[in-house]
Amino acid sequence: MEQKTKVSAEDGKQDLVITREFDLPLALLFKACTEADIVEQWMGTKVLKLESKKHGSYQLETKDGNGNVVFKANGVIHEFIPDRKITRTFEMENAPFGVQLELYEFERLTDNTSKLNMHVIYESGALRDQVLQLPFAQGINWAHNRLQDVVSKLK
Amino acid sequence: METRRDVFQAIADPTRRAILSLVALQAMTPGAIAENFDSKRQTISKHIQILNECNLLIQKQSGREIYYQFNPKKMKEVAAFIEPFRKMWDDRFNELETVMKKYKPKQ
Repeated sequence: MEQKTKVSAEDGKQDLVITREFDLPLALLFKACTEADIVEQWMGTKVLKLESKKHGSYQLETKDGNGNVVFKANGVIHEFIPDRKITRTFEMENAPFGVQLELYEFERLTDNTSKLNMHVIYESGALRDQVLQLPFAQGINWAHNRLQDVVSKLK
Repeated sequence: METRRDVFQAIADPTRRAILSLVALQAMTPGAIAENFDSKRQTISKHIQILNECNLLIQKQSGREIYYQFNPKKMKEVAAFIEPFRKMWDDRFNELETVMKKYKPKQ
């Protein structure tokens, strides 16, 4: 089966492109990326603030079962064109990955299908490669947290 | 042969990527590969050598000729590097699709 989400990260470059076609009308795809209560559901993180407008800003936060903050990120929205484009920065707090520039382009394919093109630019190629490898480390942490949850319920 | 270069360095070059796409279809001699490029044969030989050192090629001797073929096993390592990241976004986007298919506009 063909992969629905594609990542293109050329060696030696400091950017990457994520593309995905959705079985959703363009308006619903755009809404899913701009309304806090919906973003929370698919991103798996709390949205403390999301001002979906030019010069708006946003804050994300995830806590583990014990209430410890395990992920915190923020950014500002530079450009906001409904159903077409969002340009924003993204910075993970307390992490050595710098600030990344994200360009989200939304495209209508048919009445019921749409496409998202995410172009992410990092401060350097080395930082990009570190972020690419993050899910390896996160996977281990998440598994560990889940294990802790299970163990703490046994007590 | 000892590998002294990494596979990412090998695929960074557009000519080398073009060579890989040629030998992915069929085993070819260095001469046949070089015919597909405007570059000097020596330049192409050098690219083949680098790909070979990275184990991206399988070498086969047939009489006096050496044939090169793409080694898909090695290429999987490259894909594996970004696969967890891709999977993370794929999971999120699948969830986005599920959430929005159930979405009912607020009154």
